[in-house]
Amino acid sequence: MKSRHKRFAFIVVGLAGLGGAAALVLSAFNDNMVFFFSPTQVFAKEAPEGRSFRLGGLVEKGTLKREDDGLTVHFRVTDNHKNINVTYTGILPDLFKEGQGVVAQGRIGQNGVFQADEVLAKHDENYMPPEVKDALDKGKAAASAAGTTTLISQ
Amino acid sequence: MSSTKINWFKYSSPQAFYPLAGKMIPWFVVATVLFTVPGLYFSFFVAPPDYQQGEAYRIMFIHVPAAWMSMFIYMVMAAYAGMGLVFNSRLSSMMASALAPTGAMFTFLALWTGALWGKPMWGAWWVWDARLTSELILLFLYIGFISLQAAIDEPRRAARASAILALVGVVNIPIIYFSVKWWNTLHQGASITVNKAPTMAASMFTAMLLMTFAFWMYTIVVALLRVRCEILERERHTDWVMSNEFAGRSPETRNELG
Repeated sequence: MKSRHKRFAFIVVGLAGLGGAAALVLSAFNDNMVFFFSPTQVFAKEAPEGRSFRLGGLVEKGTLKREDDGLTVHFRVTDNHKNINVTYTGILPDLFKEGQGVVAQGRIGQNGVFQADEVLAKHDENYMPPEVKDALDKGKAAASAAGTTTLISQ
Repeated sequence: MSSTKINWFKYSSPQAFYPLAGKMIPWFVVATVLFTVPGLYFSFFVAPPDYQQGEAYRIMFIHVPAAWMSMFIYMVMAAYAGMGLVFNSRLSSMMASALAPTGAMFTFLALWTGALWGKPMWGAWWVWDARLTSELILLFLYIGFISLQAAIDEPRRAARASAILALVGVVNIPIIYFSVKWWNTLHQGASITVNKAPTMAASMFTAMLLMTFAFWMYTIVVALLRVRCEILERERHTDWVMSNEFAGRSPETRNELG
């Protein structure tokens, strides 16, 4: 075995060991690597109680209400399974909208309402021109309409 | 046929690589321009605005290629550093140190443009989620690599020590790439992956690809420029540097360089 083969083997073994160690550490830390908890996790008591944590999910459509002061908002965060009411006073990010992803930091108050200190909008990985979005929405509407007509014709 | 075969190992010697790099640089400069001009044109004029973010999303034509290059350059740098360690070849470790500053620059660019986009869109300049944190660690790895090399005077020892650091840091690359998959992060998932169609309009995708190639070609240009300086500096006592490169210079300049 030449010395350069030895060095090569040493590097390969070293990297493999390191990769294994990193995998073990990361899986051990898995619970602490969570950026936010979903409403389902909160109901399952996986989120820390009595402490501030981040709640993530979608802003449920039709639940966004603004108070007269223009700053306080109420909305419901859902993961399509469980949902939690949230109140927040402050400036909302541009991407905040009903039906959009959101991450709110705060704690659950006595009344069971999540009191947020900070609200972040979560963006998804889809990028498209507005016309395409319109076409998609129309297509969806047409598809559901077509669905109903076929049902009736049957 | 066999007489025209190029002996590639010849170019692993700094002396043979120095003029070759000099000849390659103008071609890669041309390639950089050829990708940058249409890349910027597509980014600003051809790609349509986004349905949610309007014009603000255009920062991704810098952000995403910079983030890709930051990871790609690290892999190339670590491969060169590892080659230097295994074969004891001087040129490999010189290439590794020539790539490091560009990699650090792209990492910084990715973090900076991300922050500029994050404030209006997410509502925060910075969050400690897995993607952002691991990319910040990448910046520290680059800085660590550069400073470790600068801290040790003897070039061979410096190359060995920093090569080990570079190889250890490779663990971070899959963590950055898969962080958005493994954990729930604020950072969105990948729009472009190898196994499915990109989740963006075709012209946006084209602009992003052009910008990526532009950054890639730029990286090759600056890495070659930097490795030429590195070769001269580390080989300054050899005969070929003294006789070829500085033939015709006054003895005083030679003494200064030597």
